[in-house]
Amino acid sequence: MSDHLHKNCQDLLGSLSEYIDGGLPPDLCREIEKHLEGCDNCRVVLNTTRRTIDLMQIPAEEETVPTDVRERLFKRLNLDDYLNRQK
Amino acid sequence: MKRKTARFPSKPCAPGDRTEFARLVDAYSAPIYRLGLKMLGNQQDAEDVLQNTFLNALTHLADFEGRSSLSTWLYRIASNEALMLLRRKKNAVNLDDFHPDDAEESPLPEVFVDWSALPEDELLSGEAKMALDAAINKLPEPLRMVFILRDIEGVSIKETAEILGLTETNVKTRLLRARMFLREQLSAYYSERLTREETHERPSP
Repeated sequence: MSDHLHKNCQDLLGSLSEYIDGGLPPDLCREIEKHLEGCDNCRVVLNTTRRTIDLMQIPAEEETVPTDVRERLFKRLNLDDYLNRQK
Repeated sequence: MKRKTARFPSKPCAPGDRTEFARLVDAYSAPIYRLGLKMLGNQQDAEDVLQNTFLNALTHLADFEGRSSLSTWLYRIASNEALMLLRRKKNAVNLDDFHPDDAEESPLPEVFVDWSALPEDELLSGEAKMALDAAINKLPEPLRMVFILRDIEGVSIKETAEILGLTETNVKTRLLRARMFLREQLSAYYSERLTREETHERPSP
């Protein structure tokens, strides 16, 4: 990072999350995109941050409540008679 | 980026309406179980968070006044349950741990290897998934909670702020720090894999 302490890079990093989420005004977006064109390191940080978020979402989508966990939950809540209804 | 939109019933059930409550339990179980799993890191604790959240909800359903949405209300109960369990397990109550200094600057990135184009089956191999879980577990708790709600569950900044009793600015700051922290952890892991691959492809003579 020692060769990467330009003020522009630090400004970009501060706005990176909002840039990824699309919450920035157009003029600031253009400024960021202009910087990204000329800065390899910031492009890497952007690409890998986006990918990090994607990767964390993908396995989570597969995680549902296991059948035995659901059964124990319904019993604990005295909802046993609803266990077999369609989810 | 694609976001999951939770299709939850917007109206809570009348107290005593068991059919509606059973429906509500099924609609919200998955996100609450995942929140427990990601916050506590194991299935037993996630199950405790799940059960305690709905027991608590059942007790207080009559008090729910619709000032916030039902999902906000349930997430708030679930996040409190998860934090309480974490504190109990740590056996030391240090409230400061849960209120990091949001004014503090985020650490700067250190690894600049672009691993983002690695194929997905490699990025999500069994070993890699364990590295993802380990990275989340290393995340300081207040950052972890914000990351789980916003980036894993797709809750908006505004709703995340409401759930955790934070300002939107606080949520944004924590989210940025969480994302940077995880990016750094994953970069260290995947760049090592990239290096291993290159060494493997081009063995030294």
